[in-house]
Formats: sequence, C-alpha cells, structure tokens
Amino acid sequence: MKGSFLRCLTTVAVSVALAVPAAAATQLTGAGSSFDFPFFSKAFYIYNQKNPDVTINYQSIGSGGGIQQFTAKNVDFGATDVPMNSEELARAGQPVLQIPVALGGAAVAYNLPDVTATIKLTRQAVADIYLGKLLKWNDPEIAKLNPGVNLPDLSIVVVHRSDGSGTSYIFTDFLSHVSPEWKSKVGVGKSVSWPAPSAVGAKGNEGVAGQVRSTPGAIGYVELAYVIENHMPAALLQNRAGKWVACAPDTVAAAAASKPEVSATNFSIVDASGANSYPLSGYSWIVVYKKPADRAKALYSVLSWLVGTEGQSNAKSVDYVPLPHNVQLAAQATLNQMQR
Amino acid sequence: MTVGALRYRRLKQRRVFGSLGTALALLCSVLAAGSLLAILGYVVVQGVSAINWNFLTQLPHPIGVPGGGVGNGILGTFIIIGIATAMAVPIGLLTGIYLALFGRGPIPEALRFLSDVLSGVPSIAIGLFAYAVLVAPLKHFSALSASFAFMMLMLPLLVRTSEQAIRSVPQTVREGALALGMSNFRATVRIVLPTARPAIITALLLAIARVTGETAPLLFTAFGSQYWEANPNNPMAVLALQVFNYAISPYPDWQAQAWAGAFLLVVAVFILSLGARLMLRRAMRGLDS
Amino acid sequence: MTDRTRFRRVARFVSPVDRGFAAVVYGGSILFALLIVGLFVELVLGSWPSIAAFGPSFIWKSSWDPITSKFGALPMIYGTVVTSLVAIALAGFVGIMAAVFLADFAPRWLATPLSFLIELLAAVPSVVYGLWGLFVLAPFVRTAVGPALQKTLGWTPLFSGPIYGVGLLTAGIILALMIVPTVTAISRDVIAAIPRDLREASMAVGTTKWETATRVVLPAARVGIFGACVLALGRALGETIAVTMVIGNRPEISASLFAPSYTLASVIANEFTEATTSIYTSALIELGLILFVVSVVVNALARLMIWRVRGST
Repeated sequence: MKGSFLRCLTTVAVSVALAVPAAAATQLTGAGSSFDFPFFSKAFYIYNQKNPDVTINYQSIGSGGGIQQFTAKNVDFGATDVPMNSEELARAGQPVLQIPVALGGAAVAYNLPDVTATIKLTRQAVADIYLGKLLKWNDPEIAKLNPGVNLPDLSIVVVHRSDGSGTSYIFTDFLSHVSPEWKSKVGVGKSVSWPAPSAVGAKGNEGVAGQVRSTPGAIGYVELAYVIENHMPAALLQNRAGKWVACAPDTVAAAAASKPEVSATNFSIVDASGANSYPLSGYSWIVVYKKPADRAKALYSVLSWLVGTEGQSNAKSVDYVPLPHNVQLAAQATLNQMQR
Repeated sequence: MTVGALRYRRLKQRRVFGSLGTALALLCSVLAAGSLLAILGYVVVQGVSAINWNFLTQLPHPIGVPGGGVGNGILGTFIIIGIATAMAVPIGLLTGIYLALFGRGPIPEALRFLSDVLSGVPSIAIGLFAYAVLVAPLKHFSALSASFAFMMLMLPLLVRTSEQAIRSVPQTVREGALALGMSNFRATVRIVLPTARPAIITALLLAIARVTGETAPLLFTAFGSQYWEANPNNPMAVLALQVFNYAISPYPDWQAQAWAGAFLLVVAVFILSLGARLMLRRAMRGLDS
Repeated sequence: MTDRTRFRRVARFVSPVDRGFAAVVYGGSILFALLIVGLFVELVLGSWPSIAAFGPSFIWKSSWDPITSKFGALPMIYGTVVTSLVAIALAGFVGIMAAVFLADFAPRWLATPLSFLIELLAAVPSVVYGLWGLFVLAPFVRTAVGPALQKTLGWTPLFSGPIYGVGLLTAGIILALMIVPTVTAISRDVIAAIPRDLREASMAVGTTKWETATRVVLPAARVGIFGACVLALGRALGETIAVTMVIGNRPEISASLFAPSYTLASVIANEFTEATTSIYTSALIELGLILFVVSVVVNALARLMIWRVRGST
C-alpha cells in the first residue's frame, strides 16, 4: 500500500544485493584509533590484494572504543594510541599481547597571517602558552626566541582536541615532562581539563586544523599527516638536546630510535634525547588475545606482515613513519607468543 | 476567538503594514531556502570533482590508490533504511491509529508524551541503546542494529503525523464506512488510511531524510566496512559514515570524496521527495475521480 | 455527546476480525512504549555508578576533569539550553513567517519550489552542517555578524567579550538551520488545513489579508504550530555532530553568546569512544540521562501550555 515506490526500491536493492559477490573466506574485524586509520586502510588493502581470501575490516571509532570492543570480544583486534593499562587488561580477562604498529608525531601548527618566517618555540614556551601564562604573540618570552620576526599584537587562541584522542595524550605527556606545573595542575590523558582562558576545543584533527586555519592568532597540535597535506605552518621546537627541529618523518624516526627498548609498559618517547629527535612523537599499538577465539592463523599472518618491512613500507606513502628495525623485531617477538 | 482590536484605523496604514509583513514573510522564506542553496553550493564546489561512475559503483580505495568510490555505502544505506522503514512504519502507524481512535485519556496522553520525549533524545544515546540491545548480546556489529537505531529516530515523526492525519479524515467518511457494515478493521485499513496516506508519506519522507545523514548511531551499530555486504547480520558500510570518516581526514583526495558523498545524500533525498510529490499528485487525482 | 463517544458507541469491536485488529493496534502501541521505557531504563542502568558516586551535585558542579574523575554537568546543561533557545527563537520566527507566506500568500509557482528547498535542509547530513559551519559560518560570524552585533548591542552582557567565530551564537544558528524545515513544513500544513471559511469570514469583516493571516489564522493554528516547535526543539536538544564542530567545546558558563561552550550531546560524542574508566563512561551516560530528562521537562511544559491554551478556546 505505502508504496509501489517503496516496493520498487526494495526490489532494486534485493537484486543488487543478490548480485553482490559472496564474502571472502575469512573476514577479520578490528576497531580503534583514528590515527591508524589511513595507514591501516592502505596496508590491509595491499594485503587483501596479495591474499584475496582474507579481508580485514578496520573501522576508526577511537582508541577507547577499540579497547571496549576488543574487551567485549566484538572484534578480533583493537588499535589504540595508548597501550592498555592494568585495569583494562584485568577487564579483558584473558592474556593480551600489545604490539607497536605505527609511529607518528604531532606538529604545533599556528596561524599568523603576516608572518612568513617559521616560528620557534621552546618546550617551556609551549607549556606556558597552554597553561595560559603567555597570552599574546608579541609577549617578550616569545619575541626573544624569534629575533627579527615582527610578531603581531594578537591574542593567542589555544586550540585543543575536544574528543578524547591519542594525539592529546602524546601532547599532554610531553607537557607533563617539560613542565612540573602542568604535571601537577592538569596531568596526562586523552581528555583533560585545559586551563588556558582562551582555550577552544575542536573535534578531530580536521577540526583543530580547520579552527587554526580560520582563526588568526590560533595555535594547535595536529598529526603530521595534516600538516603535510594541508601545508600548514608548524613551529620549530627545541628538543632536549637544544636543537631546533621540525615535525617530519626523519625527526620522528630519530625520536623512536633513541629508545629502542619500547614496550607496552614503557612506551613514552616524548621529549626524547638525541640531536635530531622531535619531542612530540609516539607509537600506536594493536592489541590481540594471546589465544584468539578463532581465526588465529589469519590474524597472526596479517599482523606479522603488518609489522614487518613489507607492511611498514606502506607507511611513507600516507605520511606515516615506518617502525625502526629493532622495534619491528621486538613486535614480531611479542607476536610470536600468540597461540595459533 | 476574536480579532484583536485594531489599534490603528486608517486603511492605508493597515495596507502598508500588511505589505511590509508580507515582504518580511517572503524574506524569511527566501532566507531559509537561500541558506540551503548556499550550503548546497559549497558542497557542490567542494565535491563535484569527485563524482563519476566509478565513485558510485566501486569500493573505497585507500589513500595513495587513486579512484575508488562509495558503492558499498550506497548499497548499505538503502538496505539499512529499508529495514528501518519496514520496522518503523508498522509500529508508528499502529500507535498513530491507537491514538487517533482512542484519543483522550491518560494512556494516550502518556504515549504522546513518550513520543515527544523520544524526539529529543540525542541520536548517539539511541545508538548506545541499539548497541546494548542488538550488538552486545550477539557479540557482533550488524546492519540490523543500525536499522533498529534508525527506526527509533523515525518513530516520533511517524506516530505524531499518522495520528493527526487519521484524525483529520472527516468523521463522515468513517461513519459512512461503518454504516455500510464494515468492521472497524476494514473501515480503517480500506477507507481511513488511504485517505490519510499523503500526509503519512510526507512524514515518512521527512523521517527518512532525517536519518539519511545521521552518523552518530552508526558508530556502534553498523560499524562500517570496506567491502561489499548485503547480509543485514554483518557489519555494513553506510554512506553517511563514509562521508564522516573521509571529511575528518587530512587527505584532499578523501575530502573531495566526502563532499561528493554528501552531495549524493542530498540528491537522494531530493529524488525521494520528488517521487513522493508525484505520488501524492496521483493519489489526489485518484481520490477525486 | 461529543463526536468521539458517539463514534465509540457506534464502533463496536465485536467481530473476531475487529478483536484481532484491536489486539494488533494495542500490541504496536505497547511495543512503542516499551522501546522508550527500555531506553530510559538502559540509561539509568548505565549511569548508576556515576549517580552513586556524585549524587545530585553532578547537576550543579562545574568542573569536567577526566584525569581526576571530577565531573559536573552544569556548563553542559547551560550550553544545551542556550543553543536550543537561540535555535528555536530564530527558527521559530523565520519558520512560522515562511509557513504563513507559503500557505497563504505565495502563488503556486513560487510556493512549491520554496517549500521543497526548505524541506531539503533536513536532508543535509549533520557532518556537512558542521564542516560548513566551521569553514563558512564561523568566519562569517567572526568577521561580519559578530562585530556588527557588538557595535549595536555590545552594552548587554549577551554580546560582549572576544569573538572567536565558534561559540553559542554560531551553534545556535546552525541548529536553527537544521530545525527550520520541521517548523516550516508542519506549520505550513497546519495553517493550510485551517478552513477557508474562517479566512473568508475575517476578510468579510474588513481585515486585510495580512491581518487575517496573523491575527485570525495563526491563533487558530497555534496548537499545531506549537507542536511543530516542540518537535523542532527536541531535535535541537539532541543534535550532536554539527554542534560539536562549531561550539568551541569549552566546559564553562559565560554570559556572552560569542563565548565557546559545550552541550550535553557534544560531550558524549566527543569523549564516549575514548572513555576507558568505568566512572568516566558512567558519567557520560548520566549526561545522556540528563538530556533525556531535560527533554521530558521541556515536553511536559509544552503540554501544560497546550492544555491551558486548549482549555481557553
């Protein structure tokens, strides 16, 4: 009654659906970090082309969501920017393997319309800006770091992530390392209470990038890929060795290389030592059960390929940083503990 | 009901005021319609470069592999909305019939109240409810749970409008049918409902338009997929979700596809509305003859 | 004897077909009620740990600190209420004016396409509203609308303070755009359904067309129009993604409409997928419960007003 029209639609849908090719023999599902999404979509696509009978369906619902779904056993693996802590591991009920799979950095982007030179900021300056102690771009603290640059009398609009995110975690981890005041007043987390009076929250990396791009005087932290793809000006940070470094694949890799013995309980590489290290770098992790309920063999093959040289070679083309070789080996060793 | 006292007496004054008022009303209509054109224009400018046959029929490609499309998302949208409609229309209609037939009283008032409350619940909360009911117990994501969430989003509009539509069918029509000896069932289904059909269809279309662009409930229900999928018991790609994921990515290639997908969504509803209007006109003509 | 009771007496549900029909109708309605009650129960169950931990102070506390697990919902309630009020004020005025025009004044060749375009506003995905708001509307508010308002009305606390572009006003405008189709479409139908006799009687007494439309027809249609506004308001209260992209996401209460703020739905959308501690998740679900309750309160008030209005006619 309601619809010869609706009936027509349904018929079309059903016939299309019937014409759709049957599902692959093995479908793995994974969920979690949105940071990993571009890298995973490329890597799993390539894997599927080499192994047509395995499809991996990964969706980015956020690191916390990934852990939730993984714990509820609704997905085969989770992806998270921060490894599961003891409370989360206890809730999983079964032994969990955590392996690093991706490496990335957060750039400090800004919007100063009439300034062409790249702004330099010390780690302390960044902390003071986000604490709300430095309120204008032409503050003497910033001016003395950028001699010869005509800084405008513009209020600093501090942009941060409003949604819980691994990038926020890396950033607040960094701030806690360089500023005891931040550590005691605010702390580290994927979502924190931002103290700056002009703080504005934007959703997602795109939100922060968009907010910074459209607000003169804004400053914000975004993933490396956004800065590269959108050609946004990003500040040079002074790392622990005292050198000014830009956020780039090689400086992030240098930060990772400075700490070869990374593990799920000791994973922070912010404020790394090393002349060429970029201070705002971090890993992203995949979590799997030591004894997966099923599809263990397929899961092992895919993840093994992913952390290996071949899988990691897909990283560069999507503005990600391949894992250092020693970390690849460590990841492989952890993965080998899987009972399959 | 009385006409308010006219405080100004000169006819010319009243006429001028009337013209100004009309102009204001026209301005408001144009403002609203114009906003849509502005938004639509922005969407087209951003996304028109990405629309082609491949875009409509292919699976998504990752970054770095040019081309690709949202074919599976389009299919998924149809399937999920189709199932949602199949679930929402019976429940909404039946509740509307109940409210129209048994109008006054505490229970009908409570039902109307519940319906209004439901319309104010954030879509993400409804998604969480669908998750609790259909995903967590079954331990996997599915298109069916997304349809369930969409059904709940569509219900308030359907209930309210079907009640009003049935109520506005003249009493004479109903009594005539009953006088001829029809049972209530036949009277309602054969006579009253068809008369109310145009309004119900309009409501259905508004409801479908509402859910076509919803993303939040899909995150925990349909989950999404990069592959073709027609089984409602599995995770499925949905166009609105793909648009959302692409739009917040850093890659201009994907962003253009996001805008193209958004354009598709608007066009889809455009076609639906157009189709319904044609149906309405045919139905009206049928009734008069 | 009213029409309704006469109908009831006349229509007996005697035959088995009718009994079956009645059962199906009852069944559908009960299912409908169960769904909503189930939703409420699910919300309460999920937020119970938070309710137990924070008690009623959750509603009037202002801090939102996931690190120390101190949660208070007041700024979010404020943001939700203010953006929805701005939205319904704008959409109500524009929508009802548009409905009057489309129903009574516009010639057919103009009314059809205009109605159509306004209805299409409902089809635009939320994320598109969000992105358009962020890239087009927010800069427009920051550079044009904001300064203009501040110049004329800056002496009121409502329009004081720095203008970021994102904030309560921008979010309110986006919401208004999203709910205008609901207001316009339903109001137009309601106005069109008012019998011609009323209009003709009014014009026979000597009123102009505009006076008829505003002083006779609108009051006659006010119950339906009010219902449309309530439906629209409901949509505004629950809108998530578009708002979260343009509201600034700052959990603070500020008198100025230019200030960034936060809504209940935005917090949930932003933080739910990343919330890993159970008290955090539970606090977020409690926000959903508060939103549910706010919706209940708004609808209860609306019903009260409709009841009062109906009683006086």
